[in-house]
Amino acid sequence: MLQRIRERISPTDVVMWMIGGGLLFLVIWGSIATLIKGTYTARHWIDFVIFGLAQGSVYALIATGYTMVYGVLRMINFAHGEVFMSGPYTAYFVAAYFYRNDFLEAQPILCLGVIFLVSMAVSVTIAFFLERIAYRPLRGAPRLIPLITAIGASFFLQYLFRGLYGSSFQAYPDIAMLEGHWVIAGIRILKFQAVVIVAAVVLMFALYSFVMKSRIGKAIRSVSEDKEASALMGIDVDKMISMTFVVGGAAAGAAGVLYAIMFKQVHFFMGFIPGIKAFTAAVLGGIGNIPGAMLGGIFLGLVESVGPSLFLDGLGIVAPYQLKDAIAFTMLVMVLIFRPTGILGERLAVKKA
Amino acid sequence: MNQDQSPWRYAVNIGLIGALIAVMLALIGMVEAFNKRDIIYKVVTMGNVLLLLSAVFLSYLAAQKAGRERKPLVFGTAVLTSVMTAAGIALLVVIGKSINLRMMFINASPSLYQILTFYYGPKLGIPLLLFSGALSGLFAGLLYLAPAVVRKMLITAFSTVIIAGMLQDMLRPVISLWGPLARINLFLFAANGLALKGAVGLFVLVALLVYLWQSKGGTVKTRVEGLPAGQQRTLKLASMLVMALILLVLPKILGLFLSEVLTIVGLYVLLGLGLNIVVGFAGLLDLGYVAFFAVGSYVVAILTSPELGFFSMGFWSALPIVVAAGILSGVLLGVPVLKMRGDYLAIATLGFGEIIRILVLSDWLRPWIGGAQGIGQIPNISVAGYTFTTPQQVYYIILAGCLLVGFISWRLRDSRLGRAWMAVREDEDVAQAMGINLVATKLMAFATGAGFSALSGAIFATKIGSVYPHSFNVIVSINIICLIIVGGMGSIPGVIVGSFALVGLPELLREFAEFRLLVYGAALVAMMLLKPEGLWPDVKRSRELHIEEEENEAEAAEAAPASG
Repeated sequence: MLQRIRERISPTDVVMWMIGGGLLFLVIWGSIATLIKGTYTARHWIDFVIFGLAQGSVYALIATGYTMVYGVLRMINFAHGEVFMSGPYTAYFVAAYFYRNDFLEAQPILCLGVIFLVSMAVSVTIAFFLERIAYRPLRGAPRLIPLITAIGASFFLQYLFRGLYGSSFQAYPDIAMLEGHWVIAGIRILKFQAVVIVAAVVLMFALYSFVMKSRIGKAIRSVSEDKEASALMGIDVDKMISMTFVVGGAAAGAAGVLYAIMFKQVHFFMGFIPGIKAFTAAVLGGIGNIPGAMLGGIFLGLVESVGPSLFLDGLGIVAPYQLKDAIAFTMLVMVLIFRPTGILGERLAVKKA
Repeated sequence: MNQDQSPWRYAVNIGLIGALIAVMLALIGMVEAFNKRDIIYKVVTMGNVLLLLSAVFLSYLAAQKAGRERKPLVFGTAVLTSVMTAAGIALLVVIGKSINLRMMFINASPSLYQILTFYYGPKLGIPLLLFSGALSGLFAGLLYLAPAVVRKMLITAFSTVIIAGMLQDMLRPVISLWGPLARINLFLFAANGLALKGAVGLFVLVALLVYLWQSKGGTVKTRVEGLPAGQQRTLKLASMLVMALILLVLPKILGLFLSEVLTIVGLYVLLGLGLNIVVGFAGLLDLGYVAFFAVGSYVVAILTSPELGFFSMGFWSALPIVVAAGILSGVLLGVPVLKMRGDYLAIATLGFGEIIRILVLSDWLRPWIGGAQGIGQIPNISVAGYTFTTPQQVYYIILAGCLLVGFISWRLRDSRLGRAWMAVREDEDVAQAMGINLVATKLMAFATGAGFSALSGAIFATKIGSVYPHSFNVIVSINIICLIIVGGMGSIPGVIVGSFALVGLPELLREFAEFRLLVYGAALVAMMLLKPEGLWPDVKRSRELHIEEEENEAEAAEAAPASG
């Protein structure tokens, strides 16, 4: 019996579990230390959580794009972060135009609608052509080749937009309607954060019902289950793969505007880090699984926002907020090591085996 | 792009792409930036060449679709494509003149429109633009229909002229160093770019050389191959000696600036050779490779720099520790990712690289590794009292490193370990079934690659004299991946070719620097789509990538007699 257990567990596994356990211990210890010290009041924690929710819902929207593409093509669309960047960066010029003409003051809702539409349209276009030009000719190539193409496309798009729009940060105009805060059930919540959360939830709901209920959504899901069988059932597989990119692009474009509302600036490199984080979220929820990606995004947003103050501060680390990206990346690596199928990703794991 | 599309339809598609590319090149500022450099003085600028080349290339593609037999169709489609490309630019000029595009596209300046209309204004410029489009289409058609020898002559001669024009700043001082040859400069170059007579002379000369090589070169090759084995070996030895001699005196010939470029290229060769083991040999796509480079630089900085005050060793006593630290970090980062494959591995290593960069940047670790300010005062390398300070001197250190690492990876490639790596690259499960210890093999790949990377990091740190976290951006990893892939995965000469093409060229062409990553990205995509085995492929790897084609051909060959 003992022999069998010893055969099953390799020394590398032991090392990994020790590292994982150590990290977990540090997190718990740090959290307890912070809570005992009591540097932060309940107000602080609520603010952190709300910010985390807002940020997380943006990640969740981007993550759906990764997850859907992975579902149909089994590849990481590394350039999805750039699809996300292209929309709001282009829409910035529309927003700035509205702002100059005082239209943004007069008709904020209409303007926001137009900005959303422009951003989504641009992201959809980029995603569509990305698939058409860079990925479609490589179907069936060895796995590394599409990934390298995606990395190339990612940098190409980044620097294309840098060339087109310049390399400086562009400040999104303030929208007066979204300034200030509301008090809901005794909790003070910044208006723009509330709007971001609500908009993201509505969009996620729309996306989910589109994928679950509509004909196209059903066809996409069928393609991600089995391409050959779908083709035999009369589904145009190529078209559905394009549609997947279109839907993912639309979600990314919308997420981009929300991101711009939250952080008030756009830049050609803005897609890279959120892209990797959204990928983390997708893996966290189980790649290929849409609700999983949404949950993973929100979870990641929360951890990133609460984490530095909660456990890094308690460990006596100076300026813990500088390390918030490191938390996200550590989570990425840990999930890939310990549970590559993610929280809700059983389906794929069964299929691979 | 299905096969039964009509050539006209195809030409229209390509033409639309061409128009898009041309407008993009103009709007991202590439045309304007390149326009400052004349290829032929007062005749053609690099900006013009850029647009012309894309038009010619695309019309050549369109002409290929028409097939050699139908000559009018070849010219028709080629001209259509390139005229459409020109029309794209014309449209941009027309729109740009009536609407201020500059609100959005920062490069849509009035001077751009002037360049695009050849400084004649839109009325005369646009017809001229369309006309030159038609001419380049005709040229592409001719090129396609011409016999292979002529095509080769034309392409080589044109590229030589363009390259000579592009690299004028380097060629001129190098040529003038050799007293009697200085006259060539007067003939070849004008104030900015080649002189017209020089360009024509160079063109004719190269075309003649290519012609001679085409007609006589084959016999030279067969004669060399016909030599007895002993003589062949002496010939090989002699050519290697000449190579070594050239490598040794190179910095003396090239002068300060070019030597500096050479040292940068050399550093990338070192890095590339290390990553080539991980990515090229073992097939483990590592996007966090820069982390080991950082480890090497920082360890050498901590050990040798008096600024932090922990140690102040000499470079040579620190070097073993640096390489050991690199290998150790390679193993440490390798263990967690052992079970991952392909894309997951890439993302996890990217995550690791970013974690290390963030940690190095943070205020938390600042007392030990300097935070955002980095570490300065790293002493230069010295051997027996002789200090290597100028680029010309550092070149020898880097050359020695490259030779050492090149030799090691060449020997490793054909060793038992190297073959195990390649087996893992092709199929992990099968490799394991064949009795290869996956854990040891993969860890060896990570450790070796990391060791090489740490070595180059150490040289880099002493060369610059300081280390900053910003030198270890993820973009460095991407650069190295690019040069390996463009050169050919798993190919040692490929790494060198890739480094010169992707690192050396942008250093030489300062206008290019801004568009470096744009071109890298496009090059990666294009390489993967058109030539996944790279410019100088490894023989085995190339066969593996084309194995399906070979099988198909073999099947076709078998099927043909059966049906006939």
